[in-house]
Amino acid sequence: MRITCPLCGERDRREFYYKGAALVRPAEGADLDAWHEYVNLRENPAGPLDELWYHEMGCNSWLKVTRDTATHEILDVQLASEAGLGGET
Amino acid sequence: MRLPGKGLNQGAKPITFSFNGRHMMGLEGDTLAAALLANDVHLMGRSFKYHRPRGVLTAGSEEPNALVTTGTGGEQDPNVRATQQEIFEGLEARSQNCWPSVERDVMAVNDLAAPFFTAGFYYKTFMWPAAFWEKLYEPMIRNAAGLGALSGEADQDRYEKAFAFCDVLVIGSGPAGLMAALTAGRAGADVILCEEDSRMGGRLLAEREEIGGKPGHDWAAEALAELDAMDNVRLMTRTAVTGAYDQGTYGALERVSHHLPQRHSLKGSHLPRECFWRIAAKHAVLAAGAIERPVAFRNNDRPGIMMAGAVRAYLNRWGVAPGERVTLFANNDQAHRTARDLAEAGVHIAAVIDSRHEAPDGGPYQVIKGAQVCGSAGRQRVESITVRSIKGEEKIQTDCLAMSGGWNPSVHLTCHLNSRPVWKRDVLAFVPAEGAVPGMVTAGACNGTLSTAGALREGANAAAKVLEALGLNAAAADLPDAEDDPYRIAALWAVPGKGRAWLDFQNDVTVKDVKQAAVENFRSVEHMKRYTTQGMATDQGKNSNVAALAVLADATGRTIPETGTTTFRPPFVPVAIGAIGAGATDEGFKPQRFLTSHAESEARGAHQLEVGLWYRAAYYPKPGETSWRQSCDREVTLVRNAVGICDVSTLGKIDVQGADAGKLLDHLYTNTFSTLKVGKVRYGLMLREDGFVMDDGTTARLDENHYVMTTTTAAAGQVMAHMEFAAQVLHPDWDVRFTSVTEQWAQFAVAGPKSQELLNGLVAEDVNGETWPFMGCGEATVLGVKGRLFRISFSGEHAYEVAVPARYGGSLFRELLKRAEAMGGGAYGMEALNVLRIEKGLITHAEINGTVTAFDLGMQGMMSKKKDFLGKPMSTREGLMAEDRMRLVGLKPVGAAKEITAGAHLFTPGDPVERIYDQGYVTSAGYSPTLGHPIGLAFLKEGPDRLGETVRLVDHMRGVDTLCEVVSPVFFDPEGDRARG
Repeated sequence: MRITCPLCGERDRREFYYKGAALVRPAEGADLDAWHEYVNLRENPAGPLDELWYHEMGCNSWLKVTRDTATHEILDVQLASEAGLGGET
Repeated sequence: MRLPGKGLNQGAKPITFSFNGRHMMGLEGDTLAAALLANDVHLMGRSFKYHRPRGVLTAGSEEPNALVTTGTGGEQDPNVRATQQEIFEGLEARSQNCWPSVERDVMAVNDLAAPFFTAGFYYKTFMWPAAFWEKLYEPMIRNAAGLGALSGEADQDRYEKAFAFCDVLVIGSGPAGLMAALTAGRAGADVILCEEDSRMGGRLLAEREEIGGKPGHDWAAEALAELDAMDNVRLMTRTAVTGAYDQGTYGALERVSHHLPQRHSLKGSHLPRECFWRIAAKHAVLAAGAIERPVAFRNNDRPGIMMAGAVRAYLNRWGVAPGERVTLFANNDQAHRTARDLAEAGVHIAAVIDSRHEAPDGGPYQVIKGAQVCGSAGRQRVESITVRSIKGEEKIQTDCLAMSGGWNPSVHLTCHLNSRPVWKRDVLAFVPAEGAVPGMVTAGACNGTLSTAGALREGANAAAKVLEALGLNAAAADLPDAEDDPYRIAALWAVPGKGRAWLDFQNDVTVKDVKQAAVENFRSVEHMKRYTTQGMATDQGKNSNVAALAVLADATGRTIPETGTTTFRPPFVPVAIGAIGAGATDEGFKPQRFLTSHAESEARGAHQLEVGLWYRAAYYPKPGETSWRQSCDREVTLVRNAVGICDVSTLGKIDVQGADAGKLLDHLYTNTFSTLKVGKVRYGLMLREDGFVMDDGTTARLDENHYVMTTTTAAAGQVMAHMEFAAQVLHPDWDVRFTSVTEQWAQFAVAGPKSQELLNGLVAEDVNGETWPFMGCGEATVLGVKGRLFRISFSGEHAYEVAVPARYGGSLFRELLKRAEAMGGGAYGMEALNVLRIEKGLITHAEINGTVTAFDLGMQGMMSKKKDFLGKPMSTREGLMAEDRMRLVGLKPVGAAKEITAGAHLFTPGDPVERIYDQGYVTSAGYSPTLGHPIGLAFLKEGPDRLGETVRLVDHMRGVDTLCEVVSPVFFDPEGDRARG
């Protein structure tokens, strides 16, 4: 599999570390159910999924990668810093 | 038998090799199979199950029978295909799966017992008694099974791995592949052309059909010369593309030196044995050709019975006639070329048997139409065949039968990403589905197009399609004239009749076995495969799968497309694990990280301990010390009484700068760092988002917007990724940057009552309680070098850590030791460091094991109530703060047997030693020379409320069963006066 890092270009997937679904962190003061969902519950769709990958052997960027889990097609890659995943603080 | 003047190897150098100890001559460029046939050797191996004599069937990598072993010891290669192994001076090859020799094989008695060994034999026979399985059946089966054997020694060969990139990967160098490469290369695309054979040209080397008015192999040679002259084209022979992966990644195995004599002497050889390539290709043209399929009839597995296309290859490429009285059995027009070519070469054709009534008439030989070969006779080579026609049965003397049941397109790579091939009626074969692999176009025989003209046309078209996608202009293809004969095939899978008719030669699967599977309701092709072993082992059923499923379709009353194929998985040809994992052995698998003090520690005879990839000194034995404990006790004592030096550079060091540096640290740690004064150090606890403890360490504030934080050695990488996550994903708007400086700084602990005295001679600044108070830090000039000095303690003693740029680490370590030793101190290693911190109840990753909370560690007070931090919400779940959680305590022994072992479990005395009564477990243990008895840290249910209680410690692994008293985890100097003083 190959992922196009916005900073480094197209690279072999061995350079990346996989974290999991890209979710928006609940806001400060959110109830425990919201946190439980953020930490533990996952959709696991067969199809497009937003994921977080870390370019560990490259530029250390966290990336939001949209990947079709059924075909491994990479539909979109963007810097996680531009993806608005931090939630309200 | 070699025919003078025939073959493409005119003038080739003679080469001596040996097979089963017999020395023979071959010609350079011969495969082992070609050279053996030239020496009239047909019997090359024994079959897997029945140990039937077998000869070579094919001339390619699909070969099921002619597998040999080459080399010995650590260089032994089993299951080498004689059809691929090129001979070289001194090659020694031998048959396998036979004893004492391939001619007289004791295990051939299996063949007589064949009625018992039908499909499902293992499942039916070895069922009971159950206890026999492990002790008797499995060892027996394992002993009897398998083809070649491994030597049992470590592989001495070297392997490589490599990456390559291209616009167009062309797989296969027959007419379609060459035409595609030419078209793409001429248009300026970056092209890689891979061919698994040692020579490019594909079937053009095996056929006599002309292209553009000249022999096909001459046209191929000219095309290759043109390609070779292009800078944008890379030609790779002996390179089999083994798998298609996502986003245009392909795996390929290059056999680099299997054909070279020096590999077998190792000395002086610098070439690897194989290279595993990962090729990233924007587009691929699959021109993998097709594999001819046998016809199943009674005893169709005798040596001398071969594929018709292989016979042409041996004749036309290597000038070898595999027999003197050859017969041909076919169901298609193309196969008749075998008889034509042999007859023209002067070989006698005893008969051509064609199953079709409308078969073409050939040359000067008899063509028996509408007939079938229904049996063969002969001992270790075919001597005669039986032909059944409308006139009855007739025996024909022959020493070689060439057979052809048609061709199976090599669709394998098109199926690696889950696509299934589709049935094409006019060629009676499966062809690739449209768009099976994104970016891949198929051309030629692998696409079911079996004429040379068709292959050239499709090759050019495939390249044009790819070039268009690349935005390159393709010149109009200039297609040379070539043979465009119709294929004309009629279905013929298995000749009816009694006896065993082989489908899968390698696994000894017969028509009867497949029918038996169907009778027993293994109707799915995947079930049939597993029940009969059809299509398993090194050849993966390349020549047999389609015929087997045709037989299954017939037996179950379905069509072939309804029955479907089994799943094609990578690799296309066997790949040694050594090649895939090239470089990942020994240090390549686990790189070594050495400290700047390593050389000095080694010089002092230190025993090294592996900590992740780091090597750290465990202890420094002195003359007269006979055990590690003696050294460890002495080192602990010298720290408590004088001063000890320890390299602590392995701790992760992260330099954090920016206006929001403090804010980020507040977010990462449970406690607050933005309020830390410049010139001070604070201990911090870090949680995962799920509320459990992730790591701990000290952070120093060097300036208003400049911190240096430390992580544990074990979690340095994890913490860095976690921190990047917090900064990039959660708070991209914060003004903070950080980087790992672990390897830039060498850092040494200077610990003990005399540490201040030692430092005062070493650093230019005056070190006292005012300038460097407890938990103070600042820049210091260390023997003229700008460094840093931290007053922190991991031993409970008055202690410092002194840091200098790594290039001064070695010399500073030596200087520190010299000064310490003059004061009655010295070096201490990891063992002593561990005892010192257990005496103080300080935690490491032995305690931070992923299941503990701040509450378990008694550090709930460090979780700030005033701010948000990572893991805070989840850490407040009631279960994570429950009183009955296993929580940190100290243990000391009571009674006569004084032993505490890490990993032991704790029980209430009187309770059964069973899991449900488990009260906790020991995480760290050691002998405290300071206190004179063993001590341990443990997690115990309601631990802090049970101080003074007695618990039973049980360690089944080490046979320890003893009683301990629960005490505070801080064994020594609980008030901390020594560190602060």
